[in-house]
Formats: sequence, structure tokens, C-alpha cells
Amino acid sequence: MPYAIELRDISKRFGAVQANKDICLQVPAGTIHGIIGENGAGKSTLMSIIYGFYEADTGHIEVDGKRVDIRSSQDAINAGIGMVHQHFMLVENFSVLENVILGAEGGAVLKNGIGAARVELQRLAQEYSLDIDVDAIVEELPVGLQQRVEILKALYRGARILILDEPTGVLTPQEADHLFRILKALKDQGVTVLLITHKLREIMASTDNVSVMRQGEMVAHRETTHTSKEDLAELMVGKKVRLTVDKDDAQPSEVLLSARDLSQFDSQGVKRLKDVSLELRAGEILGIAGVSGNGQSELLNVLSGIAPMSEGEVHFAGQVITAKAPKDAAQMRDLKMAHVPEDRHKMGLVTGFEAYEAAVLGYHNSPDYNGKVLMNRKAMLDECNERMAAWDVRPPNPHLKTANFSGGNQQKIVIAREVEQNPEVLLIGQPTRGVDIGAIENIHEQIVKLRDSGKAILLVSVELDEIMALSDRIIVMFDGAVVGELDAKDADERTLGLMMANAHQKEQEDEEQEGESA
Amino acid sequence: MSQAKVPTWVNIALIPALNIMLAFLVSGLVILAIGENPIEAAGYLIYGAFGYDEGIGYTLYYATNLIFTGLAVSVAFKGGLFNIGGEGQAYIGGLGVGLVCLSLDHSMPFYVIAPLAIVGAAIFGAAWAYIPAYLQARRGSHIVITTIMFNFIASSLMVYLIVNWLKEDGRMAPNSRTFEENAWLPYLHELLSPLGIDIGDSPLNLTFIWALLCCVFVWGLIWHTRWGYQLRTLGTNPTAARYAGIDTAKVTIWAMLISGGLAGFVGLNEIMGVNHNLLLNFTAGYGFAGIAVALMGRNHPIGIILAAILFGALYQGGAELAFEIPTITPEIVIAIQGLVILFSGALEHMFKDRIEGFFIRRAVA
Repeated sequence: MPYAIELRDISKRFGAVQANKDICLQVPAGTIHGIIGENGAGKSTLMSIIYGFYEADTGHIEVDGKRVDIRSSQDAINAGIGMVHQHFMLVENFSVLENVILGAEGGAVLKNGIGAARVELQRLAQEYSLDIDVDAIVEELPVGLQQRVEILKALYRGARILILDEPTGVLTPQEADHLFRILKALKDQGVTVLLITHKLREIMASTDNVSVMRQGEMVAHRETTHTSKEDLAELMVGKKVRLTVDKDDAQPSEVLLSARDLSQFDSQGVKRLKDVSLELRAGEILGIAGVSGNGQSELLNVLSGIAPMSEGEVHFAGQVITAKAPKDAAQMRDLKMAHVPEDRHKMGLVTGFEAYEAAVLGYHNSPDYNGKVLMNRKAMLDECNERMAAWDVRPPNPHLKTANFSGGNQQKIVIAREVEQNPEVLLIGQPTRGVDIGAIENIHEQIVKLRDSGKAILLVSVELDEIMALSDRIIVMFDGAVVGELDAKDADERTLGLMMANAHQKEQEDEEQEGESA
Repeated sequence: MSQAKVPTWVNIALIPALNIMLAFLVSGLVILAIGENPIEAAGYLIYGAFGYDEGIGYTLYYATNLIFTGLAVSVAFKGGLFNIGGEGQAYIGGLGVGLVCLSLDHSMPFYVIAPLAIVGAAIFGAAWAYIPAYLQARRGSHIVITTIMFNFIASSLMVYLIVNWLKEDGRMAPNSRTFEENAWLPYLHELLSPLGIDIGDSPLNLTFIWALLCCVFVWGLIWHTRWGYQLRTLGTNPTAARYAGIDTAKVTIWAMLISGGLAGFVGLNEIMGVNHNLLLNFTAGYGFAGIAVALMGRNHPIGIILAAILFGALYQGGAELAFEIPTITPEIVIAIQGLVILFSGALEHMFKDRIEGFFIRRAVA
């Protein structure tokens, strides 16, 4: 039997970068095939070639044993390939139905197409058990359902091969489990699924086969049942990796920062942060868990002084900070609060600057870097050299443009800048997002070291593994509010996942009600 | 990812040179189309601009204005602001110079008037930039729109002031009385002739030296001061600027004040250096040409000096060309200038990727 999709010697080069080199891949029909690799390993390029965004320099693609020429996404759709992007390609204020027929309206007058689409969608939804209200407006649906719309879109166009690019980045663990059940159902109906991810857990939980990419090459193919997380991690990185963090129990002492009823309204008047209260003690790591976009970013921005708070107060370094008596980011830094922002490209760095300039961002007014009139370039360069050596930033060249460092090295520049200021409190968002596995270990060690030296750390991460590995105490946020707090020792994925979806409380309430009625 | 491999000289020299050559090539076709010899025309143009002392003097005199407006555009641009109002700021800057000269030329010596005129040009130019800057920083009005508007307001205001208040009594011409000679900036040929150096008579005056000093000032300010660091942060990544605790509104306003002040110095050259009275329309489009100069000069003072000299040469050589070959009218000369702006400014990126790609492949091979 021919393979559902087969890649033969695909190569693609962007300027000096060989993004894909002689990639061969065989995916049997009706299987779930995982593709795993670090950031920059070439996964996304490969998928873009399959979906017709890029053309391969050499090599070709076969679908069901027949050679196909894919030059555009339309060609890919015609060949039965569908794609669910990491960032959904949906028109938010359209209904599900309108979104599904977008680009396949079937004529200038919408009415006929919509009628036919409605029937077809209901058939699809039934066949693959993808229940959804086709008249719902997309922006009112939870993310998990929005993703389902993307899947329906692909199926509606006749996809027999479905590519999912990092599909669980925005989902709670429960939603992710649900997605995997859907993929299994699709598989049972004969659909072939290509799952691209960097999360080992998902590969182990859902795939039949897995292929590993490293530096543009396919380095291994495995049957999932015959491999392990550790094995895959080693294949991805090319060396042995530890997936856990060694740390002693925390020795929390005095409260360094406390927030009371902190709220923030955005420019539309929507309450993004809802009466958040928390205490941060010296010598502990407080983890904030939550699905991305549930108020964690707003919390970091308000605490660090980047965004104004609307209500509530923060006690820090003997100061009371309120909406009426605010402190800006520079003043918070002066009070010894450091902040590693969630998005280092948008916020933490100026990617057009040379490394030594980006390495003083936020501290550029410090007398260390300034003469009477001009900035002290030599002092900045000397210090940058020292830090690059101490933090193993590669290449150790202070004159290299920040944009030309890899994600992990950029992150080291940011973390070094904030930690070396010897702050009392460190706010750190997504410390290892887009960072290679090899560098993650190092960054985690540094965070624990800072804790052990008696500093307080507020950690925001959407990676549950990271939250559980690093935190001493965990707070869960949902829809802008704190919905629960627990000791890291009591935390497991299920409990946290339920709290992140805010189902925890509801479950309890339901039980209580049942108890009362009984 | 690829940026590191491309040699610097490709970006700062090769690509601009290619763009200019292409502009001249297309200009050559235009000249061929009207039945003249492009090689001959190019000869007149280059000779007119650089071939003799007076020609060079005129080229540098035009370049002086363009350095000021080019610097003005680039300082704002470094902060992510597109200041289209150089024309108006230069006009009002000239008003400041004129008022200082008119009020002090009977009572004060040159060495008092000159510094005050510099301050006057800067303050008036900056003041004219302040309102758009304030509206942008505190009210969110788009600076491109407001600065364009302010060009028109400046134009009307100057007509009103000169016709109703500053015009010489009993005369029809819309300009002020001529200043006393102690309020004239000395010409460079006057300054150099006692030293035995003859550079030919031209309007080139002391302002040119001031323009070069301003280049040094801008270079130091942008690349070597804290304020410049904040400005560049704001210009390349406003979110990072807020993260760094930079007062973005304040930096925005100051960037525009400095920009407006620099544009105002055009008034020194024109009013105090050459015309010696306050008149209408002396800015003659230098404010707008400054945008092209800044673009072509890559917003760097050295590049701006070179680009300003190129455009100055086009002004001066173009005038010579129109004089020598009458079928090439001043409009054709403007078309040639337009082509240079088009190729070096608007189409700047036309070859960039391909040329960079070539050097990257070569570096890899």
C-alpha cells in the first residue's frame, strides 16, 4: 500500500541557512505521525513546503503514491492536504459557517453556497464527532472550539492529510486531551495526521510514529511505542539532557512584595486583571500557571510599572503604590525590581541594537554606563564581555546585532542583564520560550540559584512542566483572576489543568449542590 | 540571520551608488527622448556643479540648506517620527533670524547678533515643531498630518506678517528692509581672500561651517548620549522603550524640538547669509528635499553631507545645464532630481535583497 504522503530528498536553503537538507519522510495512511525538533530545526519550513508556502529547491512530494507538484496552498488543498496553523486563520467576527466557506464560497451569491455548506458541515461534524454550533460567532467560542473550526475548514475542503502546527500552545491540558481524542477519531476514519510539536509528552501520548529533526535534517524515525521521552530529547539535542530541576526545599522568609485587589481595565474598559492579591516572599519561587491570555501578562506589566493599575495597591520596598501614586518602570527598577519580559523580541530587547547596547536597556541611566555628557562605551563593552563569558553567551561578541543571536542566547542576555543588577524581586515571564533544550537547563539553574540567595521570584509560564519543576508555590489564573493557590508539592497536571479551565470550583459547587439536594 | 554576512560597504556604498547610476541612466533616456546628447548633458551638469570655483561654491551653498533639513528629518526619524514639516520649520526659523537682525542691527555688533540669530532660528523652528510634537505625544494626533498642516499655516503666517507688519514702508515688494551690514554673515570668499585663497564669488557663507558643526553635534547626540540611546530605543522598539521606563512622550517632544531647531537654521543661510532681508518663500522646497537627503544618507550625518552635496550639485549643475542646452528646460532638470529621489529613496529596496543575496551566496561558496 502506498504511503499517504511521502517526501523524497527535500532540500531548502534561505541565503546562508540550510533550513531543510535531504528530508525523507514516509507516513502510512491512517496514522498519526509526530514531527519533533527544537526551534529552528526546520519543522515549520518543511510543513510550509508541504502546504505550498515555499517551494523546495530539490526533491519532491508524493501523495498516495503519485507525484504532486505543490506550488501554492491551493495545490495542497487539491492534493487533499489541510493545515491547522499555530495562530488561527479565522475571521473573528464571522460565524463558524462563514469561516468554513471562506475561499470556497461556491459562486458570487452566498446564499446557495451557504445552504450546501450547512448540510455538508453537519455531515462532517457527525462523521468525525466534531460537535459545534455552525452559527456561533467565532470570537465568542473558546480557543479549543476555534481550533475545531480550523479542523472543520480543512475537512470541508476535502483534506485527507491534516497538518497541525504546535496545536496545543493555547490549550489547557484538558482541551489538549480532547484534541487528541478528536485526532484519534479522525485517524479511525482514515485521515492521516501530521503533528508538529516540541512537547515530548504530546508525542508520547498521541502518535503512532515519530520523526525527529535537528538542524534541518531528519535524524531519526521511531515507532512511538519503542521510544521514550529521554530518547527523543537526546535525539533532538544531540546530547543527553536532564528534564528535571534539582533544588532543595524553599526557605521562604519575609514578604518582599504584596499586592492587594489589583485590577486593570484596558482602553475599551474591559477588566483584564480582576482583584488579584498575592504575597511574594524572599527565598521562594511563586509560579503563575494559566492558559496564555488569562491576565498573566497584565499582572507582570502592572507589577513592573509598564502599565498603570486601575485599582488596588502594591506594597514593595517600603512604598505603597496605587493608581493615584503610581511608579513607572524606571522607578520600579530603582526600587530593585527586575523584570524579564514574556516577549524578549517585542519588549526585552531592541533587536537592531548591538548586544552591548541591548545589555543596558532599562539601566541606561545608571552612572556605571555614563560619563558627564556622553555614555561610557568602554564600560558598557567591558561589562558586556564579562557577562557574556559568565553566562556562556555564544558567540561572545558584544558588537553582534542582537537579532543575530539564537533565542537561547538572546534570553541569556536579557536574564543576565536583570539578574546581575542584584534585584530583590525578579519578575520572569516565559523564561524558556523558544529556547533550545540545552539552554533551558542552564536558565533553570540560574533561577533556582537566585532564589537560594534569598531573592523573591515571580514566574509566569504557560509550560506546566516548567511551573511544576521550578515553583515552590503555584497560583492559577483564569480570566484575569486568581482562581486557586496550592503548594507545588500538591500540584499535578490534572489538578492544575482543571483549575486553569476554572472547572475546579464549578465541580466543587456541583458536588455541594448535589449534597444539599440529596 | 543573513545580515551579518553582508559586507558593510555593500549597504552604505554599493547600493546607493547603483541606485544613483540607474537614476542617471533613466535620466539619460529622458534626454535622448527630447533629442539631446545625454553624455554632453552630463558633462555640463558635472562641470556646472564641480568644474570651477563659483560652481563649487553654489553647490555647497545649496548643500548647506539640505544638510540642515536632512539632519532635521533624520533626528526625528531616529525616534520613529516622520517630520514632514521641515519646510514650515525652516520658514519660521527664518522669521526668528529676521526679527533678531531687524531689531538689533542698528544697536549691536556682529558678534552679539550672530549668536542671537542662531538661538532665534533654533527657538523659532523648534517652537513651530512643538505643537505637532505635543499633539503626537499627548493626544495621539499623527505627526505626518499635523506637520504637513503646519507647513501651510507657516506659509500663510509669513505672508501676513511680512505684508502687514514687516514690509518696508512705501514699497510694493513683500520683503523687509535690508539689514545693516553688521547683521550679515560673512561670505567664505571674503573670509578666505585675506589669506590669499581665492574660491570665487558665491553665496557660500559661514553657515556652511555651522552646518558641519551641527553634523558632529547630531552624531554625538544620537550615538553617544543617553538621550540618543533613548531616542533610538523608542524609534526601533517603542514597547521596549516603555519596558525600559523611558518617558516616550518627553523623548518624542524633544526629538521634534531638536528637529525643528535644525530645520530653522536654513533661515541663517538664506536670510542672514544671502538675502539680508526677510522675504517670502526663501525655503524653496529645501524642507521636502531634506526627506530625500535623509533617506539617501541613511540617516547618518556623513551620509547626509554626501547626499546634500549630491543634491546641491543637481541644483547647481541643473541650472547650468538648462542654461547651456535651452531645450533642456528647468522642468526637465526637476524631473532628473525627481528620478534621483525616486531611485534612491522610494525604490531603495529594489536591488537590496538581490545584491545582499549575491554576497551571502558568495560568502557561503
